[in-house]
Amino acid sequence: MSNKTAATLKLSGLEPLIVTSESNFVNVGERTNVTGSRAFLRMIKEEDYEAALAVARDQVEGGAQIIDINMDEGMIDGKEAMVKFLNLIASEPDISRVPVMIDSSKWEIIEAGLKCVQGKGVVNSISLKEGEEQFIEKAKLIKRYGAAVIVMAFDEEGQADSYERRIEICKRSYDILVDKVKFNRNDIIFDPNIFPVATGMEEHNNNALDFFKATGWIRKNLPGAHVSGGVSNVSFSFRGNDKVREAMHSAFLYHAIKEGMDMGIVNPTMLEVYSDIDKELLEYVEDVLLNRREDATERLLEYAVTVKGDGKKKEVDLTWRNVSVQERLAHALVKGIVEFIDEDTEECRKLYTRPIEVIEGPLMDGMNIVGDLFGSGKMFLPQVVKSARVMKKAVAYLLPFIEAEKDGVQSFSGKVLMATVKGDVHDIGKNIVGVVLACNNYEVIDMGVMVPAEKIIQRAIEEKVDVIGLSGLITPSLDEMVTMAKEMDRANLSIPLMIGGATTSKVHTAVKIEQSYTKGQAVHVLDASRAVTVVESLLGPKKDVFVSDLKTEYARLRDHHAKSRAAKQLLSLAEARKNHFKIDWKQEDIITPIQLGSKIYTHFPLEELVPYIDWSPFFQTWELHGRYPNILTDEVVGTEATKLFADAQKMLQTMIAEKWVSANAVVGVFPANSIGDDIEIYTDETRSEVALIQHSLRQQTKKVEGQPNIALADFIAPKESGIKDYVGAFVVTTGTGLDEYVARFEADHDDYNSILVKALADRLAEAFAECMHAKVRKEIWGYSKDENLSNDDLIQESYRGIRPAPGYPACPDHTEKIGLFELLDATAITGVSLTDSLAMLPASSVSGWYFGHPEAKYFGLGKITEEQVEDIANRKKIEGQRMERWLSSVMV
Amino acid sequence: MKKIEEILKERILILDGAMGTMIQRHKLEEEDFRKGWFENHEHPLKGNNDLLSLTRPEIIEDIHRQYFEAGADIAETNTFSGTWIAQADYGLEKFVYDINFHSAQLAKKVADEFTAKNPNKPRFVAGSIGPTNRTASISPDVNDPGFRGITFDELVGAYKEQVNALIDGGVDILLVETVFDTLNAKAALFAIDEVYEERKIELPIMVSGTITDQSGRTLTGQTTEAFLISISHMPLLSVGLNCALGASMMRPYLQILNQTCPFSVSAHPNAGLPNEFGKYDETPEIMAKQIKEFLDEHLVNIIGGCCGTTPEHIRAIADLAATYQPRKINYTIENDVE
Repeated sequence: MSNKTAATLKLSGLEPLIVTSESNFVNVGERTNVTGSRAFLRMIKEEDYEAALAVARDQVEGGAQIIDINMDEGMIDGKEAMVKFLNLIASEPDISRVPVMIDSSKWEIIEAGLKCVQGKGVVNSISLKEGEEQFIEKAKLIKRYGAAVIVMAFDEEGQADSYERRIEICKRSYDILVDKVKFNRNDIIFDPNIFPVATGMEEHNNNALDFFKATGWIRKNLPGAHVSGGVSNVSFSFRGNDKVREAMHSAFLYHAIKEGMDMGIVNPTMLEVYSDIDKELLEYVEDVLLNRREDATERLLEYAVTVKGDGKKKEVDLTWRNVSVQERLAHALVKGIVEFIDEDTEECRKLYTRPIEVIEGPLMDGMNIVGDLFGSGKMFLPQVVKSARVMKKAVAYLLPFIEAEKDGVQSFSGKVLMATVKGDVHDIGKNIVGVVLACNNYEVIDMGVMVPAEKIIQRAIEEKVDVIGLSGLITPSLDEMVTMAKEMDRANLSIPLMIGGATTSKVHTAVKIEQSYTKGQAVHVLDASRAVTVVESLLGPKKDVFVSDLKTEYARLRDHHAKSRAAKQLLSLAEARKNHFKIDWKQEDIITPIQLGSKIYTHFPLEELVPYIDWSPFFQTWELHGRYPNILTDEVVGTEATKLFADAQKMLQTMIAEKWVSANAVVGVFPANSIGDDIEIYTDETRSEVALIQHSLRQQTKKVEGQPNIALADFIAPKESGIKDYVGAFVVTTGTGLDEYVARFEADHDDYNSILVKALADRLAEAFAECMHAKVRKEIWGYSKDENLSNDDLIQESYRGIRPAPGYPACPDHTEKIGLFELLDATAITGVSLTDSLAMLPASSVSGWYFGHPEAKYFGLGKITEEQVEDIANRKKIEGQRMERWLSSVMV
Repeated sequence: MKKIEEILKERILILDGAMGTMIQRHKLEEEDFRKGWFENHEHPLKGNNDLLSLTRPEIIEDIHRQYFEAGADIAETNTFSGTWIAQADYGLEKFVYDINFHSAQLAKKVADEFTAKNPNKPRFVAGSIGPTNRTASISPDVNDPGFRGITFDELVGAYKEQVNALIDGGVDILLVETVFDTLNAKAALFAIDEVYEERKIELPIMVSGTITDQSGRTLTGQTTEAFLISISHMPLLSVGLNCALGASMMRPYLQILNQTCPFSVSAHPNAGLPNEFGKYDETPEIMAKQIKEFLDEHLVNIIGGCCGTTPEHIRAIADLAATYQPRKINYTIENDVE
């Protein structure tokens, strides 16, 4: 272990591979190599890439962390095969998740390979064989392509075959790479040549030992560098005797890893666990590897004859094969496994009366699972595309049967025309949909990007397509799709129209597109994986049901949308003002307050607030829905609600008894009159000095006959009426001191109680506001001196007057709080401050206005126009854009 | 002028916001995209925003100015689609040099104006290098998954043309952004490296990837860390994320970058996700609130906005970021051996 310096090699496929000194040996898969595997060579020669991919997948599933790919064979075009295979791997996420090692003795093949991998792979290999100049040039390019490199211990003189030559060449290569090329030293991997031992030739006796020693020297003296090698070479003499070979590989690795070899090309199925090697065999093997005895080779050969065996059997997890054929098909689709698809499809075909039912039944069920997984982010695109390929294979298998049934009529399930609309150039999503449809046996005509409506229509008619699919990513494409729908309508088409792409939506399709296309059906397709289901439904026998369901759903969406849009039918500000809330102002309706100016309450007794608590919102905080007290006996949530309520009561009592929080408030009533939508608040009854102007916003929604467009100012007598009116203001808090208890619970990881205490403080604050409001009505302002209401009545707001709060529906303008706080000097008195976004701190605080007129009532402002925002910005002398920011949620 | 590498140690730098969203405000028509340059061009050009640097330069200039006024330190050139590959759909391959050169000059002019006014806050121009509309790692044809719509060499050629023009136009930084296919980005870096060698210069390079959805991967399937590793062979100024996600959804992936990235970390999220009408409706306040979480965790060195963001968003972000320390780069370049 001591020979390892801290050196991190970072590689990547779809996922990272990080090799540190703490990492285990990195296993490089060797079977996708035409020079090492005759079977793989045959697959490549015969262009059976599916089988070749299966070999790669098998290796990754078997534990290979990198896969070595070699296409060096005289009979094949190595460059073409390398590119093709790497491109194919790129669409197989369970293979391409690991980094690739591009293995070739030909530079042009290596370079072609480097142009195909998005991850950081490894080049295998370069060396000083053809001199320094070429070595530098290649290294520089590898660096530019972003790969690590294996450097063979090879120079102009030949391959290193001794310890000395190994370290000499490695040192020289290293110095050139680090000093001249500025290669990242952690990305350098040496292959100091693994040669066979026990060959019977004396000069080979030190082959393994020299490798071990050289490895140790490299790891100690060439910081950052790693060591790799092709392990199976060492047992070359024992081909055919897997038992001995497996033991030799394991023992070799055991010693090499001790010296610091950290990756290697190993067939994991040709490895025995070191500690499981038969002790006698191990001794003979190690004698050979470490050149411990002169007769080591003879002894191992003698022993080898006695232990002929098949070696370790490989195990593949095929448990998924044990379930029903329908489930197997689903598994194959989800995992993208084509290996068994033909036999499974055949088995399934026999279960159904018609071959098409296999597609409509189990195969589509499987694709729907894929669609759901994709939709929920549990699968990603390359996998879906892979699933589609499995689907295609199954369909291809069934096709002859389907055709036989039809006596050889056309073989496609339908013809789909796809296009990205005019003005938009985004086509990745459209292409994926095309691909998925194509593998589901649809003939896809792809018209590309920026296709004007008339061209799409012309082509659709010429080709007699069954479905048109439109795609778009940018916002203006939405309008273009509407145009397209209208044009189709004008052309008297009834071809179903699919809408897809990032900015499209079901709502938009329902509201804007479907109704523009009266003669046919428009349908929104959420993502590529749903496209098949949609087309299938549109062209299948159940089309009518599908379309009528769709129409119902879209109508519902439109209806919903129209309701939320009603607000968008807005009046001009002048019209709205004209339709203000009309009060027949009489001085006798207005009670002169008993006390003018503000009144302060500190450390208000908490127990007095308890009767004012409205418990229903408390349960809502905990997502228990229902009204108190009925909620306690509710069938569904009753038990939980009762438990919670008991805990709450207990804590509330402690809060009160131990005075966890203090309740502070400032309330006041001031002379006031309205001027238009503004309310002038005066310092005293002389009404000569304006303390504050409160600005109210007016509803602009178009109302039915007789309904007014209300602003809060409507509830205060206009200045010109000469009537003396008043307005109240309040800030209350029960949050002071709470933090300490919250922090205590949080430190104890007691989320339950931390939430509970906060929820209770909020309830107390609301209760405090309610309590103060009653005081104002009865004692301070005194317009309802004889009021005697139960808590229920209070909750029902059965009293006279209202207390709207800035930030709530009647007054969504948070900036009103600034003046309110100044008027009452609230921060100094109650300790409640306003954050940058005008939230109150502590959070368990309530602030607002009191309006006392009998006709004052709560209302929601609804949507307002830019005109009003500009108007109020001018009135408030706030920059228009800033005001827009504050009011963006209520602007249309 | 102080070097950007030094400023990055002192404070969080602000990148500008969306170009497209700002252009949309002008409600431009086909003739705006043609004016003076392409009056008789045979293809429709509306929507090809990069052209506006030529045909309506005053609009682009004004957008840069608004972002600088809002507090941006770095403006991105209006060249997201400035490669022959992206322009081929419009038949404008021959105008790639003009687009990039003039866009860079425009932005640089405004940047210099602001730097002159306040030399303590120097403004930089980053040449925006988009992903193109083709992908080198995915086949457009499932029946032939080995097929590619664009090759690495074609991408390198296209990017070299763009990079040369951006440098001629005076950019300070190159920004390879919205990387959804890392192979495309590697081609861009390859091109940049070649150009640097040929011209014997080196400008700082920023790279920004796009995590497409909650799977946490790029469109071509890479995890955030795999993406970082795949582009770390170049000495980068920063690696970050942009587009596709709003700020809060981006946070987990920024945390990964924070832990593993040996360069500065950047983020320019969208103003939330588009609503059903394609509008991004996250307000500056909401976005700033989410970004505050990054800042509280010290995840970023450079922050800005992508789709749907406006000068108001950038102002809110800049005001907030001014009160925070930048992320400390805890990892030295990989080449150093402990």
